[in-house]
Amino acid sequence: MEDEIVLLDFWPSLFGARVRIALAEKGIKYDSKEEDLRSKSPLLLQMNPIYKQIPVLIHNGKPICDSLIVVQYIEDVWNDRNPLLPSAPYHRAQARFWADYVEKKIFELWSKVWTSKREEQEVAEKEFIEALKLLEDQLGDKTYFGGDNLGFVDIALVPYYGWFKAYETFGNLNIESECPKFNAWVKRCLQKESVSKSLPNQHKIYEFSVELRKKLGIESVGI
Amino acid sequence: MTDEVVLLSTWGSMFGMRASIALAEKGVKYEYKEENLENKSPLLLQMNPIHKTIPVLIHNGKPIRESAIIVQYVDEVWNDKAPIMPSDPYQRAQDRFWVDYIDKKVYDTWRKMWLSTGEEHETWKKELISIFKQLEETLGDKPFYGGDTFGFVDVGLIPFYCWFYTFETYGNFKMEAKCPKLIAWAQRCMERETVTTT
Repeated sequence: MEDEIVLLDFWPSLFGARVRIALAEKGIKYDSKEEDLRSKSPLLLQMNPIYKQIPVLIHNGKPICDSLIVVQYIEDVWNDRNPLLPSAPYHRAQARFWADYVEKKIFELWSKVWTSKREEQEVAEKEFIEALKLLEDQLGDKTYFGGDNLGFVDIALVPYYGWFKAYETFGNLNIESECPKFNAWVKRCLQKESVSKSLPNQHKIYEFSVELRKKLGIESVGI
Repeated sequence: MTDEVVLLSTWGSMFGMRASIALAEKGVKYEYKEENLENKSPLLLQMNPIHKTIPVLIHNGKPIRESAIIVQYVDEVWNDKAPIMPSDPYQRAQDRFWVDYIDKKVYDTWRKMWLSTGEEHETWKKELISIFKQLEETLGDKPFYGGDTFGFVDVGLIPFYCWFYTFETYGNFKMEAKCPKLIAWAQRCMERETVTTT
């Protein structure tokens, strides 16, 4: 019996992008359903009643929620190809730790950068760059966080890139000059089709973020 | 060569207890080191420089951090007995979801209730009770979240049981009246030596 795989998604979502990348890495065919987050579908509300958020992977009718949990599920089910997590328990624990760091710390610092008022922006940007530098240290001289191949931490982090670039137009960040190793890693990831085809166009993200900032009433900086 | 296993934790930490219970379930001998969070040891700062929090499991000199990650690590390394994670990928995903739910919701909501007064306090109290009611619903009629066996969500949640009295006192409610099934589950867990000796 053929698998039925549906992804409830929203095109600018970096969380949705994580799942798209994982599915592409494993070569899995699926049906994508675009959600309107201002008018959530009955299917989304049924499949994720707790958080009512995307992404939701529906595998043969059964839902899996939360982007990093979905990626681990994809790894567990399609475990015959392109491993996304290391096999040794210690390295798996480290990969989970750093993905959790991206999930909590990068999200928290990034949200501050994004929503802070002009006076607080410099502090928020500085803290954010420090966190990126920490991740650069963690990457070291490896091609990817996963080593020679794209892994769990790469998938957790790379979808932020489009949003970082969009922000550079509003704020005083220049990630290329402040975190060159990070920038080089992003470029390597983007050379992979599973990543380049899963991430939305940067210009579209920029336009979306302009609209979002208007809605949230955040003044532009430096323009 | 024998394993050297050290756990850095504090006596009242629900997150530390998760690690202790997992180690006890697997029958792992380890050295426990009590941390003073107001005066963190050089070992803790060296082993967890990022968050500087407990628990930290140190296995043959290498640190594993974050309680849910520690429990999964213990399960993967000492995989010859008492499995904690289910073998089915879908069930594993569900277990991870609920432990993440506990992590996102319970502690923060408790703190908000504890630190607020008046109408705000009532709002957070209602929220805390609804979180436990949701967890009770998720348990259903199973003896444990793991089904017939003690599993990841059981390990994830049971340490909060010793805080129920504190929640009840600050919130002025009785958990047994609001969530009787959850209390019954907790009592079943408390029959396990691995839980009571932790």
